[in-house]
Amino acid sequence: MNPLRSVRQFSANIGYVVDLFLQVCLRLNHVWKRRVLITEHLYVSGVKVVHVVLLVGFFMGMVVSLQTGLELSRIGQQDQIGTIVAVSMTREMGPFITATIIAATVGSSLAAEIGTMAVSDELAALEVLSIDAKSFLVVPRMVTVAIICPLLTVICDPIGIFGGAFVAQAQLNVGLQLYFDSAIDALQTPGAFFPFPKDVYGGLFKSFVFGLLIASISCSAGMRTTGGALGVGNATRQAVRDSIIAIIISNYFMTWFLYQR
Amino acid sequence: MKHQGTQGPASGAESVIRFEDVTKRFGEKAVLDKLSLEVVRGETLCIMGPSGTGKSVTLRHIIGLMKPDSGSIFVGGHEMSTIKPDDLRDLRRRMGYLFQDGALINWLSVGDNIALPLRETTDLTEAEILDRVNAKLELVKLDGAFDKFPNEISGGMRKRVGLARALITDPEIVLYDEPNSGLDPETSQGVDRLIRELANTLDITSVVVTHLVSCIRVVADRVLLLEAGNTVVDCSPEDFISSSHPRVKRFLGKDPD
Repeated sequence: MNPLRSVRQFSANIGYVVDLFLQVCLRLNHVWKRRVLITEHLYVSGVKVVHVVLLVGFFMGMVVSLQTGLELSRIGQQDQIGTIVAVSMTREMGPFITATIIAATVGSSLAAEIGTMAVSDELAALEVLSIDAKSFLVVPRMVTVAIICPLLTVICDPIGIFGGAFVAQAQLNVGLQLYFDSAIDALQTPGAFFPFPKDVYGGLFKSFVFGLLIASISCSAGMRTTGGALGVGNATRQAVRDSIIAIIISNYFMTWFLYQR
Repeated sequence: MKHQGTQGPASGAESVIRFEDVTKRFGEKAVLDKLSLEVVRGETLCIMGPSGTGKSVTLRHIIGLMKPDSGSIFVGGHEMSTIKPDDLRDLRRRMGYLFQDGALINWLSVGDNIALPLRETTDLTEAEILDRVNAKLELVKLDGAFDKFPNEISGGMRKRVGLARALITDPEIVLYDEPNSGLDPETSQGVDRLIRELANTLDITSVVVTHLVSCIRVVADRVLLLEAGNTVVDCSPEDFISSSHPRVKRFLGKDPD
């Protein structure tokens, strides 16, 4: 593949995503008009993936607890497991896992849904009917994903901490009382911006940004789909791949902004 | 370049759609090659031709979904290459477009699909919208299908729903992209009769892309045969069917010798 062409394609993709995001921002006053669609999407995109978030979050908490617990046991510091699991889940693992699940389930579905509309002339039909496709299709989806990402993170964080508690007690002989006391202590640091624990709202802020990234990337991949079923497959793959890359890169910069400045 | 047997639109009538030397290329291939045509008010023009000769591309240029590489297109007095977005929206509200497969929004019911343009672009009350939707459903003989979803109805019904949606804003110009494709002969005849009836009763200017002689017999005032992006023959349906032009005979499956 021609590297110059790849760079041009990459720049065009970023440009389209940014443009779509800005176009949606200009249409935020349409949110009330789209409330019915937003409610429907909240159910389809949110409620239907709760069980996945619960399962993955619980096991991720168990993994973090076991990995760190085994190392801490060697130096006699296993009492700190609650602290480490709580901070890991709220700062990083909860938002990241939730965003990855949403990119894989909701993001792929958005790209496939809009992509199928593109290849079956439904987007062209909207244009012909003088209907603003960005307001009709993208605004409700972007608002929905921006809402469900932090909401599911709120569910993922505590379930991960509970998963960690299960392993701490069953495999590392750390009492539940001690585990939860250290976990709650770790989350007491107040933030500079809001009167809530910084680790919690920092993680939720990240989730909100991840949601916007997933929706923008997935919708733009869908809107530019061409080439029938093969094109829809390509758009779906591109949406998930680019969303996960964007989540990881933006996560680094947000972590730097929130915790190291 | 038009060949022998050309008719053209009725002289003196108001031109609604006009192509002047329009060229459109996809890569190296010229899909439209200096195409010129004219459709006058109230006329039904049928565009025929083998697959890949630019029939659907012609329709997409008329409604502004594509822009020509060169040449000019005038629709309703507007030059489509330079039309402002607001004017294009207004112009499209005066036009209807029937896509090949209906292009219905698959997560909206039949009624909601037809009501969509009114809900999105007008200030009509919900009661007024429902009245209009029911009237259009009756017009396309689909009363009772309001609550069905596109995947619950047949191809012919989807096409008629697409037609009802195209007509919901009472357009002056309607473009039909292969209205008979995928339909059985009986349903196909029903769609043809409906197109003719609409043209007669509502004085709609129509452009119909079709492969079927049975369709042009019923709906056409004029037939244009396209090949390689240009006009081969432009004549009345009767002249087209009985044409001695070798290309027309070959297209219609008659032995040119």
